[in-house]
Amino acid sequence: MLRQRAAALARIRAFFAERDVLEVQTPVLGAATVTDPHVDALPAGDGFLQTSPEYAMKRLLAAGAPSIYQLGPAFRAGESGRLHSPEFTLLEWYRLGFDDRALMDEVAALVDVFLGPASYRALRYEALLAASPLPAAEDQDLRLNAAIEALGEARVFVTHYPAAQAALARLHPDDPATAARFELVVNGVELANGYYELGDAADLRARFAADNRERRRLGKAEQALDERFLAAMAAGMPDCAGVALGVDRLLLLAFGAGRLSDVMAFADEL
Amino acid sequence: MASFATNEFKSGLKVMLEGDPCSILENEFVKPGKGQAFNRVRFRNLRTGRVWDRTFKSGESLEAADVMDLDMEYLYADGEFFHFMKTDDSYEQVAATIAVVGDAKDWLKEQEVCQVTLWNDDPIAVTPPNFVELEVTETDPGLKGDTAQGGTKPATLTTGATIKVPLFVNIGDVLRIDTRTGDYVSRSKG
Repeated sequence: MLRQRAAALARIRAFFAERDVLEVQTPVLGAATVTDPHVDALPAGDGFLQTSPEYAMKRLLAAGAPSIYQLGPAFRAGESGRLHSPEFTLLEWYRLGFDDRALMDEVAALVDVFLGPASYRALRYEALLAASPLPAAEDQDLRLNAAIEALGEARVFVTHYPAAQAALARLHPDDPATAARFELVVNGVELANGYYELGDAADLRARFAADNRERRRLGKAEQALDERFLAAMAAGMPDCAGVALGVDRLLLLAFGAGRLSDVMAFADEL
Repeated sequence: MASFATNEFKSGLKVMLEGDPCSILENEFVKPGKGQAFNRVRFRNLRTGRVWDRTFKSGESLEAADVMDLDMEYLYADGEFFHFMKTDDSYEQVAATIAVVGDAKDWLKEQEVCQVTLWNDDPIAVTPPNFVELEVTETDPGLKGDTAQGGTKPATLTTGATIKVPLFVNIGDVLRIDTRTGDYVSRSKG
């Protein structure tokens, strides 16, 4: 498994080297963290272990970096299970001049390297939810989860997320009720989450404030906004699309493993 | 009584669910998209043995169940109760009804140590050792020379249980039995 993992990481790096995407390293220990209502960071020292390198990588883009990728650890408090680990390996990359469609093609090309070529289907969020085996009266997140599992052996890009779940994706100009956000589901496993990135600092600030209102409603602590990130966005980030892909999950699918811990050398450390 | 939040759920944990003590068999963490997290949990109801599936939102909690698994020596049955004694030199005894003992009654041998599950100090389940040795009290005569293979026949044991045994088994033989399946394993004396 150690050798297979090492070979997989080398293949990822070769994939991006071929495409002239620059590898970067951003702080694992950051001063601020995300406001996402359902993502909780682990506090460490005077800051937080990062839940993803997103904000720091976007600061690099705003500072003039070319297309970049990062392969490294990310941390999320309380996430532990068959497909979750509080520490996991995230591959995140940003492509200047790409939109969500162009980036979906590149995600598919990378996944093909590991799982072999296959066809990919696009499915709007609404259609996915409507096909859920759970009744409409059931909790929406549970219905979504059941719908994802019911996709079975297939590679599906879920697109057109409702604006309320846009996260950091821009809205479709011709269909502002939906966001240019996608998720790739492979054999019922959520593998990657990507956006045609929103760079407008005022819109982002409003979304973070809405996140914090939701956190308060859920009885969670509000998070201070990452002002360094917002300042960088105000200075201007070039048009780009970005995506984060769970490397351990990719390996789980590639090796036919049952649990994330099967592909991690130190699973269940905490 | 203490309680456990979803992030403390793990298999083997004993909790109260809908008024019954249950043991967690499986606990699966699910978190669709960037949505709310859930725990999909499979429980065994320790009173009835039934398996229950339930889903909880992350952060919900369940009260701990005061359940203990104790090694106890089986003493005797008096027609109404099965009596067990603690093995910690306290000589403390508990009495379990036939409903609590259930199928374990087929494998209970006096002086044998088995596991008794107590809920609020009352017995709710009895688990025999995985293997027990019991004597045959009744079976058709053994077939000479047939020690290798062939068919099976029923044999009644000292506990009253009837199991399938190889044809060479005789009355008075002591058999080793897997209590989880009720299968004959071997003859330990013959």
